Amino acid sequence: MGGFAEYELVEGDDGGTALVLSGPYLVSTIGEIDQDLRGLDGPLDRIDLSAITEIDTVGAWMARWLANAHGAEITGASDRAKRLIGALTDAPADEDLSAPRLPVWERVPQAMGDKVYGARRGVYGVLGFLGALLVSSASLVRHPRRFRVLALVRQLELVGVTALPIIGLMSFLIGIVIAQQGAVQLAQFGAETLTVNLVGRITLRELGVLMTAIMVAGRSGSAFAAQIGTMRLTEEVDAMQTIGISPMEALVVPRILAAVLMMPLLGFYSAGVAIVGGAVVGQFMLGIPFWTFLLRIQEVVPLHDLWVGLIKAPVFGLIVALAGCYHGMQVKGNSEDVGLRTTMAVVTGIFAVIVIDAFFAVFFTEVGWG
Amino acid sequence: MAQDETGRELGRHERYRGEFPIVVEGLTNAFGEQVVHRDLDLKVRRGEILGVVGGSGTGKSVLMRSIIGLQKPTAGDVRVFGRSITDSDPEDDIGIRNRWGVLFQGGALFSTLTVGENVEVPLKQFYPDIEPELRHEIARYKVMLSGLPEEAVSKYPSELSGGMKKRAGLARALALDPELLFLDEPTAGLDPIGAAAFDRLTRELKETLGLTVFLITHDLDTLHEICDRVAVIADQKVIAVDTVPKLMELDHPWIQEYFNGPRGRAALTAQALDELRKHMDEPVAAHAVKALDKPPAGKA
Repeated sequence: MGGFAEYELVEGDDGGTALVLSGPYLVSTIGEIDQDLRGLDGPLDRIDLSAITEIDTVGAWMARWLANAHGAEITGASDRAKRLIGALTDAPADEDLSAPRLPVWERVPQAMGDKVYGARRGVYGVLGFLGALLVSSASLVRHPRRFRVLALVRQLELVGVTALPIIGLMSFLIGIVIAQQGAVQLAQFGAETLTVNLVGRITLRELGVLMTAIMVAGRSGSAFAAQIGTMRLTEEVDAMQTIGISPMEALVVPRILAAVLMMPLLGFYSAGVAIVGGAVVGQFMLGIPFWTFLLRIQEVVPLHDLWVGLIKAPVFGLIVALAGCYHGMQVKGNSEDVGLRTTMAVVTGIFAVIVIDAFFAVFFTEVGWG
Repeated sequence: MAQDETGRELGRHERYRGEFPIVVEGLTNAFGEQVVHRDLDLKVRRGEILGVVGGSGTGKSVLMRSIIGLQKPTAGDVRVFGRSITDSDPEDDIGIRNRWGVLFQGGALFSTLTVGENVEVPLKQFYPDIEPELRHEIARYKVMLSGLPEEAVSKYPSELSGGMKKRAGLARALALDPELLFLDEPTAGLDPIGAAAFDRLTRELKETLGLTVFLITHDLDTLHEICDRVAVIADQKVIAVDTVPKLMELDHPWIQEYFNGPRGRAALTAQALDELRKHMDEPVAAHAVKALDKPPAGKA
C-alpha cells in the first residue's frame, strides 16, 4: 500500500458535483495536495471519503475545511473519519501563532523608551545592589562567625589559581608583541634600548591589570552570572532565604571578595610574565641579554608604576565581580535569561573597567605619578 | 521502516495493525555498578492504555527512554512497530520517530517559542512541504484538541500554568498524529481537578485518535480511571501486567502495599462510588453516598 492522496471531481446523476478523495489522507501526504484542494472552484455538493484508505486528524481537518468552504456534505466517511471530524473544533484563522508584535513605527520608539527607562532602573538596581552588599559586609564584620571561609577559599581557587595558566600565556605573548613592535618603532630613533622602559612601564601600569581584568570578566564574571542565575531559576536562592541564609552573604560576598583579593595578585603576575616575554625578545632579537633586561627594569621603572597597577587591580576586580553577581541575581523567567544576563555581565564588566581605567590614567598623571 | 507482525515492511502511509506495537525482551540497563533493569520483558497491546508503576528509582523513566531510543540499553532488544530500536542507526529510526509522540515530565516545551510554534516544530522538521497556512491551522486545532483555550496559541510557555504546560506538551506530542503516545507522569504536580480533567482528555484522545498509550504514573486515580492494564516494575523486572482488580489479588508485598494502602483504598472507594452513581437513580445514589459518609461526596 502507500501511494498518494488523490482527488477527482465527479458529476452525479442528480446534477450535483462530488469531490471524491482517495488514497491516504495523512499528515505525511497532505503537503502535496493541500494547495490544489484549496484552489478548487465550487460549487461542490458532496465530499466523498469512501475511497480514503487511511485518515488522521490532518486529513479530517482538510475534509472539514472543504465541506465548510463549499457548504458541501460529507459522505462515505468511515467510523474513524467521522470520529476525527467530530473531534475537531473551529479554530479562528486570524489568531496568530507567534506572539503579538507591534508595527515597526511603534516598536522602535518603544524599544528606545524601554532602554532609557531600563537604564534608569539599572542604575537604581546597581546602587541598591551595592548598598545591599555593603550592609551584608558590615553585618558579616559584626558576626564574623557567619562568614563562609570555605566558600571564599573555593572562589579564591576558581578565580585566581585556575586562571594562572591562561593569564600567564596571554601575558607572555603580549610582552613579546609589545617588545617586538616597540623595538621596530624605537629603532627609527636608534633607541632600541628604551624597549625595556616601554615594556616595564606599560605592563606594570596599564596592560597587566587591564588585560587580567578582561580575562577575569570573561572567565569568572560570566561564571558568577551563570551560576547565580541558574540557582535563581531552580529556586535555590529562594530556598536559602527561607532557611534564613542571606544569599548576599552566602553567594555574593565570597565571590566579590575573591575577585577583589585575587585581582592584584593576578595583575602583578601578569605584568611579571609580560616582562619576561619582553626579555625573551630582548635576548633573541635586540641583543639585550635576558638578565640585563630584567635588571634594567629595576632602574627604569619608577616604583609608583607598580602602585598604580596594584591600586587599580582591586577596583577592577570589584567591578567585574559586581557585574557578574548583579546580573546573576537579576535572572528571572527562563533559561534564555541566564544566557542574556551572562553576556550582559561580561559586556558591562569590561566596559566599566575600561571607563574607570581612563579616569585612573588622568588622575594618577595629575597627582604626579605620570 | 517499521514492520508488521509477519515481518512485512510497513508502508510509509500505513497504520500499524499488529497486536503489539511495543515489545521489550530481556532488557538490561546498568549504570556502572547499579543495575536498574535485569532481563525485563514487556509487551504493550495496540489500542490500550498501559499504566507503568513502580517505586521511585525503579527505572520507569529509564524504561521509557530505552523504548524511545534515548537510552542505549546494556543488553536486550526493544522493538517498536516490529522494528528493533536497539541495534539500529538513529538515522534509520526516522520512519518510526514520526509514529510516536512523547510528553516529558515537565512538558519540555521550547521556552523561546510560543505554544503554537512549539507544535509546528515537528511538522516543519518532518514535513517541510506542508504550506505555512495549513501548518498554522494544524497547530491551532492541535492546541485546541488538547483542551487549551485558543488564545494560548500565541503565548510563551513561561506565561502558562503547570497544567496548561502539560497540555501544550501534549499538543506537541500529538503534532504528527502519532499512533503511540508516551506520557511521563502527566498528572504529577496538577491539582486533583486538573489531574482528573487530564485523565479524561487522555482517555478521549485515545478513543478518538486510536492511540496506544504508554503511561508512567504515580497517580492511583489515574490507574483506576483510565488504564486498561497496569505493569508493575519491581526487583529490576516487570513483575506483573494485568488489570487493577487482578493485580490486587496478587500476593506480592509491594503490590499489596501499593494498591491496598490508605491511598490505594481511597482511590478505589472513589471509583466504586462513581460506578454506583452510574448504575443508580440520581436520588438513590445521593442517598447511598450520604450513607457511606466516609469520603466527602464530591460532585455527583
